[in-house]
Amino acid sequence: MAATCSRSRLQFLLHLAQDNLDFRLPEIKALLALRGKPFLPGVNFSEQSPFWCLDGLCEEDVRTITARSVCAKSAIELWGHGKTHSELKTSLLNYPSENMLPYMQKDSTYKISVDTFNKTLLFPERIKRIDALEYLPFEGTVSLKTPEHIFVLLEDYGTDPNNIPEHPNYIYFGRWLADGQRELIRSHSVKNRHFIGNTSMDAGLSFIMANHAKIKKDDLVFDPFVGTGSLLVACSQFGAYVCGTDIDYNIIHGKGRSSRKNRTWRGPDENIRANLRQYGTEKMYVDVMVSDAAKPVWKKAALFDAIITDPPYGIRESTRRTGSHKDITKPPDGIYVESHVPVSQAYHLSDIFTDLLHFSAHHLVMGGRLVYWLPIYRPE
Amino acid sequence: MKLLTHNMLTSHVKGVVKGYPLLIKATEVKMNEVEFNPQFVSRMIPKLEWSALVQAAEELGHREDLPGELMAEYEKDEEFLKKVHRVLLEVEVIEGCLQCPESGREFPITRGIPNMLLNEDEV
Repeated sequence: MAATCSRSRLQFLLHLAQDNLDFRLPEIKALLALRGKPFLPGVNFSEQSPFWCLDGLCEEDVRTITARSVCAKSAIELWGHGKTHSELKTSLLNYPSENMLPYMQKDSTYKISVDTFNKTLLFPERIKRIDALEYLPFEGTVSLKTPEHIFVLLEDYGTDPNNIPEHPNYIYFGRWLADGQRELIRSHSVKNRHFIGNTSMDAGLSFIMANHAKIKKDDLVFDPFVGTGSLLVACSQFGAYVCGTDIDYNIIHGKGRSSRKNRTWRGPDENIRANLRQYGTEKMYVDVMVSDAAKPVWKKAALFDAIITDPPYGIRESTRRTGSHKDITKPPDGIYVESHVPVSQAYHLSDIFTDLLHFSAHHLVMGGRLVYWLPIYRPE
Repeated sequence: MKLLTHNMLTSHVKGVVKGYPLLIKATEVKMNEVEFNPQFVSRMIPKLEWSALVQAAEELGHREDLPGELMAEYEKDEEFLKKVHRVLLEVEVIEGCLQCPESGREFPITRGIPNMLLNEDEV
């Protein structure tokens, strides 16, 4: 269901971080899909570029992107663009002034930022560029500390750091709307997390995965290889209720040897629930269980809105499933002691993924996504 | 373990046909306050097997006034949703076990976490 907007035919520009290039487009597309909007690239679109112009959207759509994206640094309402500063000027003079005036009022405050990609500008050069924009009808007063409106001049000097042109390849100017959620990468860094394991997923990648999965508030999300719950932390941050399973009893219970350099054993507050508590999302915790992903314990129904997981690859963590190839000798009275850990056998990588796809087909809601890492081997 | 999870679990013991719902034998149950979210409760109700939920709440002695039948038009009935919320998310089994109704096999629950692993000879 497409959300309705009041003012269309505006163009917006996303300024993206030049990182995880392959994951950016799926992230932005997924976030637009949550609004029922298509991805319509505007002028000069290049997937490798940090600047993406988008058509067919309204301000609300763009704000929902910036409220969730960790790939986008910021978004602006695009007023003008061009290959040269004179093209930019023509473009800006063509922009309807009724769209500009609400932000140029006499009693308002503003500032103009100059941002460049692939080149460093010195302070006087920035000032020169700001002064060159005097043809725009700014009526308000400049406030560098607390401006009501921020305008941004962006210069794109290409993507080759060894071949920086003297003049920018492209220039954009517009009204800053919002910053993306890259701060989450720092605030949720695994470095400061209470409970980590050897293969805890990086915070930035966890949030990208949650966005790829089109997580929305009140979803129920499952991770069948939950480990220390990094992916659940990200999903809970976006309003989903979370559950997970892992075959490893110690990791689920938060016991055993610590993964930190200076510690030997895990403390009492180190478990998945404590991780959610650390970030204020404990209310999104449903359950974790010790369970073998090869032998699912869930009733056959569309239970989960999304399944997000990082299965073991057999390199940094072992791939195993319950069962044994050897002859099984049961204890004489058929009763195992409470501390019995079931014998495990190898869980072949291809079986892991077949089982995961099979499981998802049976337990995801229609339209629900499965997001997972697939290790590939590239012989040099 | 919360009753929302319990409602979605089934026995995977080899050869079992009627493995749902698992019986709960709890030795320690805790009430845990969780923020009420009517939208989430409404979304979960269609996924639930209502009689199994009532039975489980009854087994734990925490059914209170949860109705035996799911009424229509529950989305707007906040009082009803609050009752469902309490049973689904606020009742937690800390110690005990889940029992397969057909084979009798028990899966222990320790520190609120069920251990659903089968032993090597059961797989």
